[in-house]
Amino acid sequence: MLKIGLVFDSGGRGDKSFNDSAYRGLERAIKELGIDAKTVDSARESDYATNLETLAESGCDLIFAIGINMQKAMSEVAPKHLNVKFAIVDAPVDSPNVRSLVFKEEEGSFLAGYVAGLMTKTGKIGFVGGQEIDLIKKFQAGYEAGARTANPAIVVLPAKYTGDWNNVDLGKQNAKTLYGQGADVVYHAAGKCGLGVINAAQEEGKYAIGVDSDQDYLAEGRVLTSMIKRVDESVFQTINDLKEGRWDTGVKVYDLKSNGVGLSEMQFTKDAIGEANLAKIKEVQDKIIAGEIKVPATMDELATYRVR
Amino acid sequence: MNDLRLLLEGTVILGTPLILAAIGGYFSERSGVINIALEGKMLIATITVWLVTIATGQPVIGVAAGIGASILFSMFHWLLTQRYSLDPIVSGMAINAIAFGAANFLDKRFTDPDQAGFPKLPLMAFWVFALVLPFLVWLYVRHTRGGLRLLAVGSDPEKARQMGVFPQRTRLMALIATGVLCGLAGALIVSNAGSYVDNMTAGRGFIALAALILGGWRPLPTLAACIAFGFFYQLQIQLQGTQVLGISAPRELWLCLPYIATLVALAGLLGRNRTPAGLGKP
Repeated sequence: MLKIGLVFDSGGRGDKSFNDSAYRGLERAIKELGIDAKTVDSARESDYATNLETLAESGCDLIFAIGINMQKAMSEVAPKHLNVKFAIVDAPVDSPNVRSLVFKEEEGSFLAGYVAGLMTKTGKIGFVGGQEIDLIKKFQAGYEAGARTANPAIVVLPAKYTGDWNNVDLGKQNAKTLYGQGADVVYHAAGKCGLGVINAAQEEGKYAIGVDSDQDYLAEGRVLTSMIKRVDESVFQTINDLKEGRWDTGVKVYDLKSNGVGLSEMQFTKDAIGEANLAKIKEVQDKIIAGEIKVPATMDELATYRVR
Repeated sequence: MNDLRLLLEGTVILGTPLILAAIGGYFSERSGVINIALEGKMLIATITVWLVTIATGQPVIGVAAGIGASILFSMFHWLLTQRYSLDPIVSGMAINAIAFGAANFLDKRFTDPDQAGFPKLPLMAFWVFALVLPFLVWLYVRHTRGGLRLLAVGSDPEKARQMGVFPQRTRLMALIATGVLCGLAGALIVSNAGSYVDNMTAGRGFIALAALILGGWRPLPTLAACIAFGFFYQLQIQLQGTQVLGISAPRELWLCLPYIATLVALAGLLGRNRTPAGLGKP
């Protein structure tokens, strides 16, 4: 029986978002592939290397590191255990035994921004990020580009960063500030802080957009949609590949085309958004997949992005 | 005008959990027990309020249970430091670690992952209470026998003993007060957030302690310090990405201002050293 290890980052499980999505993929593998799994929470960043090391020495066949923050720990530990296979989400690591699972978050975020641009009544929208790092800027850049594509006259308020992943009050206060400044849709990529963004939307009667997992249910009708990042799918597929003997290393990209990112079903907001808008969203999605729209992934690319 | 309203509101929302925790720390430290465990006591309260409220459907019972859990941890703190004379820093760290682990375990074990929504407590009552509390405490320590005993024990436990005050008993009461206030702070945090997430106190127990130190272990300056922390948090939220006098200042600059003030206070640059003389003494 395959033995799979998985290390969560310090954000940890219970974020109803990124880490929980990874865990869903593992659970599915346990059920469908009959593997043996072991997960470890990391209390702090200094634990990453120790946790990976411990799992490597406990005889795991494949070990997942969930999150970009483990990049450094992974590049230290993996080369020391060449007989063990590793996979890391969100960051490239160059070692002959590591598979890197990266996502085109900007493509999904573009769609989220597009929905925001279609649905705003005030003509102003906002964004709340966690830590101000390149990864989160991908969400921001895609979102702004999508919003401008839907509505060239839109005002995207200056992005807010909480600088933290756990303090829900800060997430909420950032969102409240954006709503107070006139935004009526706020997208978040702030981990557990983002639950505060959704809570603020509920309180103020405005819209929020969820991230990573389907968060629509957290405030029915107030979460416009969620930008789903199929971390679960990437984890499951990686385990499946190993089981079926298709294991290889290097960077695996999950994008809109491969269904690695995308929007939620919008089950609570479908009617509010309307058929016509849903058709437009579908059209833009097809254009991105076909390569007709080049989605910016950095703030520099966003600056030169032109709506056609 | 709108910005001003946001600033005021945000200051209160972000400052009040700090006030409750810092005044909680005030009782403990003034009685002579160094308390770095405010964080853990708040955290155990947040998870307890969350789980019990959902299980019973009664926020009042939830808050009571949260306060109870926090008091329990506080009494354990008393046991370690007073009965077994354990080092207050080490025992504080132990309490934080136990609270962190227990909260994590309880969350994983009992929280329904599909749980959405949480009954809202009357937050206004919490805010008003937090803002009035330091004045009440100020009156209490100045004008009541209990308050004077508290200060006496914290300043010179040996002399207090000779005067017929029992430091251990006073400290037990003080730590129970710490438990109640940290419990309320935890309830406020989880209710404002509307959900429980792991480690959601996010270091605010330590910021409250910094505010207490910055306030020179006095209730009203501590209140001012907590409000300053809340103010700078909200200010940086509002200023992020905008230009002030033509330059866009980094978020970190605003955020670190209260900490710099704490450092300056600790270095004794804001007047004389006000550390309770008996802090950490048996």
